[in-house]
Amino acid sequence: MFTRKLRIAALVAVSLFGMGAAQATDITGAGSSFVYPVLSKWSAKYSESTGNKINYQSVGSGAGIAQIKEGTIDFGASDAPMSSEDLTKFGLGQFPSVVGGIVPVVNLQGVKAGELKLTGPLLADIFLGKIARWNDPAIAAANPGLKLPDVKVTVVHRSDGSGTSFNFTNYLAKVSPEWASKVKFGTAVEWPAGVGGKGNEGVSQYVRQIPGSIGYVEYAYAKKNSIAFAQMQNAAGQWVQPSAESFGAAADTADWSSAKDFNVIMTNAPGAKAWPITATTWIIMYKKSKNPSHTKVAFDFFKYAFDKGQADAASLDYVALPTSLTQKIQAYWGSDFK
Amino acid sequence: MHATASNAATGADRADESARTAKDSRNDLLFGWALKACALLVLLALVGAAASTLWLGMDAFHTFGWGFLTSAAWDPSNDQYGALVPVMGTIGTALIALVVAVPISFGIALFLTEIAPQWLRGPVASAIELLAGIPSIIYGMWGLFIFAPFVAAHIKPWLMNQFSADPPDGKVSWLVQHVPGLARFFSSEYPFFGAGVLTAGLVLAVMIIPFISSVMREVFQTVPTRLKESAYALGSSTWEVVWDIVVPYTRTAVIGGVFLGLGRALGETMAVAFVLGNTFKFSWSMLETGSSIASTIANQFGEAQGLQRSALMALAFLLFVVTFIVLLIARLMLRRLATKEGR
Repeated sequence: MFTRKLRIAALVAVSLFGMGAAQATDITGAGSSFVYPVLSKWSAKYSESTGNKINYQSVGSGAGIAQIKEGTIDFGASDAPMSSEDLTKFGLGQFPSVVGGIVPVVNLQGVKAGELKLTGPLLADIFLGKIARWNDPAIAAANPGLKLPDVKVTVVHRSDGSGTSFNFTNYLAKVSPEWASKVKFGTAVEWPAGVGGKGNEGVSQYVRQIPGSIGYVEYAYAKKNSIAFAQMQNAAGQWVQPSAESFGAAADTADWSSAKDFNVIMTNAPGAKAWPITATTWIIMYKKSKNPSHTKVAFDFFKYAFDKGQADAASLDYVALPTSLTQKIQAYWGSDFK
Repeated sequence: MHATASNAATGADRADESARTAKDSRNDLLFGWALKACALLVLLALVGAAASTLWLGMDAFHTFGWGFLTSAAWDPSNDQYGALVPVMGTIGTALIALVVAVPISFGIALFLTEIAPQWLRGPVASAIELLAGIPSIIYGMWGLFIFAPFVAAHIKPWLMNQFSADPPDGKVSWLVQHVPGLARFFSSEYPFFGAGVLTAGLVLAVMIIPFISSVMREVFQTVPTRLKESAYALGSSTWEVVWDIVVPYTRTAVIGGVFLGLGRALGETMAVAFVLGNTFKFSWSMLETGSSIASTIANQFGEAQGLQRSALMALAFLLFVVTFIVLLIARLMLRRLATKEGR
């Protein structure tokens, strides 16, 4: 008796589930944790209006790429772009999704958010361990009028492999030949100086604990936790504060047209208002999908995000891609994906 | 007639009996296999895990050879990897944890079995077992937000004033001037920063105390009362009873408990990742930042590719090796103790 009831219940459950699946499509993505907050907000809104669900696992870019190569997910997300050879080899395509900024944060007594000025080469020298104290003449030269204390500089970097480190070290490699030859760039590097905190929270906690320390975190994190960030001199020689506007300017002026598969790391962007350490996350998908209905939903979702997701992105301190770029991306979908 | 009937009955009984014996022996055999399978499953999982980490780490072992063990490099952008710093960090933090946790656990177990009033024993024992159930990420957060700043403010400056060659108060102590080599264990590049090998070791100690102390308490309770009472009757003090009766009686189990704790300390990941500082510079100092095998894997695995992934797998295999060597040493120690006692 009991088992029969159970069987009926199971049958009903299965048929209900089956009906649900027929109406809506569930697609799966995995990868970067940088993009996770905004992606989950977008997917919640998107599934409200369409019923399609986007499951995103924030497992790290490397794992995201590995999973898309094995074809176990519908899209991967990576903070570092894949090379064109790799993309061709696996039949994959990639496009940027959203923009965010990375800011240097400091713990200096009497120095408020946005007061300290740093140039790219100066930041590189600090992270190379070449500048030992905060009253160093090189820092003073960039900061006339700001009284800097005579304390030791302590560098704090990420200990975990991360897209934040990837973009930060990429910027340092672009502005400092010494960094480019000695340390290079990547999600994890051999840091010449300092201590490693785990995640944004680890870095910001270490920065808070050590007087005279300098680290780098995602802008949203620094803003929410009111940690003092620095302003930077960009490639055009202008001093800029981190803001949605300056991140957007970087995305707008980065050289997207000449790159194949959007393979541009937009740090040190040329615009006059561009924030120099701006980052994006690439979405990676199969050009010839094994599951066309899923790919269709994925495109629909990202189109929704590009067209209607700006406010949600801004509420989390990300910046939606400029229209000029989203048009290029949609043209790329049409020409390269089947 | 009567006899035949009885004969037939006996025959039927016998047949029945032999059928039962056959059934029993078959069931015994099946049950034996099932038990064997349970035990083999553990062995299979262990060998499988060790073999797969070795297999996936082959690339790194091939590329770096024996140099992998002695190199302090960990440079993902130039693809140079060495296991020295993580292996030393793993052993260092686990040793500090043991040195702190074993005496404290012994004290807890002793208090709970011999000295504490009856009404107190139950609640304290449950509290300790609850401690064992706290997830390690909570210890990590506590270490990062509360304990590391405390170490930076109180413990580390004091230790450096006493034992380092470069103390914050500027006065190099008599000990440092007269004991060569002492200062190198207490140097620190960042005197006002709490994270480091010692901090991680102390957090680990708090984590393994519940394991060691509850094993010790359990086994101390198994000591026959008449042995203890005989000793008391002969005029022994509580300490003499514990040291000469309880400890020798339970030695094997106590050492087993200690190594259970050590195993947990060697493999602990999250708590250590938050309070170790995660740097790859080799140093003898326990006040310096470092990294451990498990924390390095946890930190870098998500983003690692190619040779780096392989190097992380090789590290995982080395953790197996380190744990195995530690257990081997424990076995040898136990055997030597046994021969000493003439058993």
